[in-house]
Amino acid sequence: MSAILVEHIAKHFGTVKALDDISFSVDKGELFGFIGPDGAGKTTLFRILTTLIIPDQGKATVNGLDVVKDYRKIRQDIGYMPGRFSLYSDLSVEENLNFYATVFGTTVAGNYDLIRDIYVQIEPFKKRKAGKLSGGMKQKLALCCALIHKPSVLVLDEPTTGVDAVSRLEFWEMLKRLKESGITIVVATPYMDEAGLCDRIALIQDGNIMAISTPSEVIKKYPNSLYSVKSDDIFSLLNDLRKFPDVHTVFAFGQAAHVSFKPGQSAGSSLQDYLQAKGHSGIIISPVQANIEDCFMELMIK
Amino acid sequence: MRTLLFIIQKEFLQIFRNRGMLPIIFVVPIVQLLILVNAATFEMKSIKVSVVDLDLSSSSRKLISKYEGSPFYKVVQTTFSNDEAMEFMQSGKVDIIIRIPNGFERQLVRENHAKVQFVINAINQAVAGLSSAYSTSILIDFNRELMQDWLSPSQMAGLKNIQTDYSYWYNPKLNYKTYMVPGILVLLVTIIGLLLSGMNIVREKEIGTIEQINVTPIRKIQFIAGKLTPFWIIALFELAFGLTIGKLVFDIPMVGNLWLIFMSGGVYLFVILSVGLLVSTVTNTQQQSMLVTFFFMVVFILMSGLFTSIESMPDWAQKLDRLNPLMYFIKIMRMVLLKGSAFADISPHFWSLVVFAIILSSLAVWRYRKVA
Repeated sequence: MSAILVEHIAKHFGTVKALDDISFSVDKGELFGFIGPDGAGKTTLFRILTTLIIPDQGKATVNGLDVVKDYRKIRQDIGYMPGRFSLYSDLSVEENLNFYATVFGTTVAGNYDLIRDIYVQIEPFKKRKAGKLSGGMKQKLALCCALIHKPSVLVLDEPTTGVDAVSRLEFWEMLKRLKESGITIVVATPYMDEAGLCDRIALIQDGNIMAISTPSEVIKKYPNSLYSVKSDDIFSLLNDLRKFPDVHTVFAFGQAAHVSFKPGQSAGSSLQDYLQAKGHSGIIISPVQANIEDCFMELMIK
Repeated sequence: MRTLLFIIQKEFLQIFRNRGMLPIIFVVPIVQLLILVNAATFEMKSIKVSVVDLDLSSSSRKLISKYEGSPFYKVVQTTFSNDEAMEFMQSGKVDIIIRIPNGFERQLVRENHAKVQFVINAINQAVAGLSSAYSTSILIDFNRELMQDWLSPSQMAGLKNIQTDYSYWYNPKLNYKTYMVPGILVLLVTIIGLLLSGMNIVREKEIGTIEQINVTPIRKIQFIAGKLTPFWIIALFELAFGLTIGKLVFDIPMVGNLWLIFMSGGVYLFVILSVGLLVSTVTNTQQQSMLVTFFFMVVFILMSGLFTSIESMPDWAQKLDRLNPLMYFIKIMRMVLLKGSAFADISPHFWSLVVFAIILSSLAVWRYRKVA
């Protein structure tokens, strides 16, 4: 049985279509990522899964329980970390944790095993008010509070947004360890680089799921030939590349430009000549393996 | 039940941790009672009088001396010029001009009647009405003395004359503070109950904590009860605190049973907290909530009979006022404290509050469930 099963879910807000006929399933113990830009519908989907809003149509179950009919049972069994920090900023770290433990009818000591690794990092600040913690600490505390009742499904809405790179890595390490203890984790993120850390990912855009697969599978399905092109003047490089015949897409990617060609076509040596003729210096052209972001861009133009 | 206790515990923790909250709870009532009760008075003392005596006879002087002798009047100007007196009136230095025309005494003796003119500043119509009534009663008094002086006892006996004497019940010295303190207390309790509770729930919405609460097994009803109970307790404490100040500082009478006050207070607060909850379901930020409650509070307070008498309102307003919970509780407070009314006396007001409590709380909970 799947931990989460979603069939033809749709949700409108006025005239805005937030989710448009979405279906997917998440297996038990899986780390499942939703990758998509802001406004793609990730938060709406998560709010439906956590029984906070009711879908307009379709059916969704968590551990076989219907999100509309059995919402009360689901709430016992699900941990949710909203995208916005939602703990009491005027209560201390300890008080927040105790409060959430008691409302789930448990104690911090009772489920300490699960949160120990995370909690020890914020324990030195346990008397500090939650509002006075740094961004990364806040996330750790929020994760502790979401885990304190030993949920079987953990739903995290953009947990690493606004967190520094080191803390982000740490956070994903924690998620991996939680996954090992058998918890199903669903996580949303706008960061493409985090996608590779998930077991499976769903690329979501404008309320539609464009692809669901393992990260490597998504990459394998990338149809075009892709090159990384560098030169000293990245801005005019992008403009010139777009004018090159047969080119399919050009995107800036860090210090380089990712240029793709439709299947069967390739840059060959003519690209080098073309750029030289345009007066570029320091040109490096190398074929590269597509990453999730390239795949996402490709799916977006379709 | 256990969950409820934890929520209440958490609420109290937050309330007492909020630096703005403690002064509101303890300082505001003291300040309000001390300032409002002393300042918001309709008692008339030292009405400033200008005397324009153009007669200068013994009768006119006798009349003026009656005003000088009254504790309510203070003669600040004596002049022969109308214009001068009017100037004083214009610049706000006098409230009333008493004008005795030339030939006042002669007319009185020869023609048996004479005229006196009062010019009254009616910017504040309540004060104007009262000072005209006072002035008239002094004049009537003066008139009676004249008759006694000039008529023989046998003639006096032939005149029919009704004399009025007053005995003021429940507030024999007509002490305005005795009347105000119970009303101001209701005001206080209302502010604590309505403003703070309404804002508190909206705050959870505003800062997003309600999102995290909603995914826990806490039931909505538990959440509401847990949020409102602390304010119910604090407001009742405030009532006791205010009554103590009223007793110690103003020595207000407490004739009736205090349990009746607290019982009615408990029900009244239930009504007020329900209104607060209702407001929080229709607003999304603390600012909106404050504006909406403020609007309701001003209407409720001005129509509550705290400052103005309900009986003198127009008929439609009196009917409308039956929807004003403040009115009932102020009545109960005054009846029990000043009059010593028993439950049977206040029961119509009490049951009205109970009906309000039932209707408003079910409405609020129903709205809350639908919205959040």
